[in-house]
Amino acid sequence: MKKFMLDLNVKQNVSLSNQYALIILSSPNKLPEMLPGQFAEVRVDGSSTVFLRRAISIHFVDYQINELCLLIQVVGEGTKSLAELKSGDNLNLILPLGNSYSLPSSKNAKLLLIGGGCGVAPLLYLGSYLKNKGFEVNFLLGARSKTDLLQLCEYERFGNVFTTTEDGSYGEVGYVTDHSVLKGSNFDFIYTCGPTPMMKAVASYAAITKTNCEVSLENTMACGIGACLCCVTETTEGHLCVCTEGPVFNITKLKW
Amino acid sequence: MVNLKVNIGNLQLKNPVMTASGTFGYGTEYSDFIDISRIGGIIVKGTTLRERQGNPYPRMAETPSGMLNAVGLQNKGIEYFINHIYPTVKSIDTNILVNLSGSTLEEYVIAAEMLNQLDKIPGIELNISCPNVKEGGMAFGTSCLSAAQIVREVRMVYKNHLMVKLSPNVTDISEIALAVEAEGADSVSLINTLFGMAINAEKRKPILSTITGGLSGPAIKPIALRMVWQVAQSVNIPVIGLGGIMNAADAIEFMLAGASAIQIGTANFIDPTVTIKIIDGIEEYINRHGFKSVSEIIGALEK
Repeated sequence: MKKFMLDLNVKQNVSLSNQYALIILSSPNKLPEMLPGQFAEVRVDGSSTVFLRRAISIHFVDYQINELCLLIQVVGEGTKSLAELKSGDNLNLILPLGNSYSLPSSKNAKLLLIGGGCGVAPLLYLGSYLKNKGFEVNFLLGARSKTDLLQLCEYERFGNVFTTTEDGSYGEVGYVTDHSVLKGSNFDFIYTCGPTPMMKAVASYAAITKTNCEVSLENTMACGIGACLCCVTETTEGHLCVCTEGPVFNITKLKW
Repeated sequence: MVNLKVNIGNLQLKNPVMTASGTFGYGTEYSDFIDISRIGGIIVKGTTLRERQGNPYPRMAETPSGMLNAVGLQNKGIEYFINHIYPTVKSIDTNILVNLSGSTLEEYVIAAEMLNQLDKIPGIELNISCPNVKEGGMAFGTSCLSAAQIVREVRMVYKNHLMVKLSPNVTDISEIALAVEAEGADSVSLINTLFGMAINAEKRKPILSTITGGLSGPAIKPIALRMVWQVAQSVNIPVIGLGGIMNAADAIEFMLAGASAIQIGTANFIDPTVTIKIIDGIEEYINRHGFKSVSEIIGALEK
């Protein structure tokens, strides 16, 4: 897919809590096609300590009105600057980058999209994409607490939503892998994104139940286009760049 | 129309802007963003005789105005380059140079002989300055004796342009430059990354899997500029300047300090179109200052 460097306009920057922000970007021109699981390299200007771009998942795209949404968790100076962007600011992005989640082979496949914390970000676009293709979508979204469960009503537009919180303030208590939905039914395909320990637990569940499973990695990277070779992960084929060979990997390819 | 052409010994560049090894892949990674044939020269990813997996992740740490890397020369080896990369890149209408590295003297020589057979590769950049490999690399480039020996042996088998990339992690970089010039190097490029380190205080752990790595980006520019100036005053062969160049003004500073051409490295990661912006910016500068040719500003620093 052809990659672009674009200046998009910040239409709205919604603070979802002191830790999360939803950045709604608009483009005067037609947005390029993006696939679920792909990401953008976002330039952070105006910070004296941030030098490199930040890799951010495509959270949602609306081609009708040419809007792109990014879901940001403030973890350092770069994401803090992004969370402070004002309506009307310009944001420079390189996109679409990386591969994408793959489509199930059967239309009747039972799908589960498991997200943890801010890792739910790419699953909204994936859910909408799968629903448009005629699949039935189930989300299992986990977080520390109720305030960390983001945009639930958005996910409900595209499928069934199951939730867990570690403190029991919403949904079932515990981790996503403790949820009863995993005990009752057999899924054909699990897509996941979230903290590495969570994804490893999901991958191990998938391996035991022999379920097809794709995970999305977020190794720190510099270029995002396969030039610097900084973001590699160990795979059955040796070191592969997360930015070009990923970020989505089938668990059978990873040395987890 | 000003003349942007420069000659680096027998190597003719359409403009003085090259890309630094390890920051531009094989060039094609950037072809969605720019016409890569506009660049004066592309130096491809560090290549070794045999395939290397490189160092474990994490290999990169962002630092103030720069970054540390410890990639460790991950590449598929010289045969893979010849069979799978060369057929694609040989048709790009610019100078494609191969950055060559090795763990032993013998590896450098065998690989250089193989590259000597490639018609459309007008030169190699001999990497004797990689700080991220256990054997070879920087070890060759930090003593005059070993730097001279490796250039002497490679020179015997390699007939095209031989550029030698120098390490800044030495007491006197001019001595190394003089040593490789004496053995027949056609040009020197400097500087490779500075040996550095980053720590995560919260975790009380080093950030890089290798603990240490190579620092690049604008943080190192003043050091690079000083070294280019020193070396340009010492040697008679052309000097290619690099280290933290982010824009046309930086590039011009290196040329005023004595560089005949420059390389863009880390800046490619921030802006994949930066090479073209720098070429256009140099042209604008040459015009605005009333020069006819870019070669007039090489070493034109006034005191």
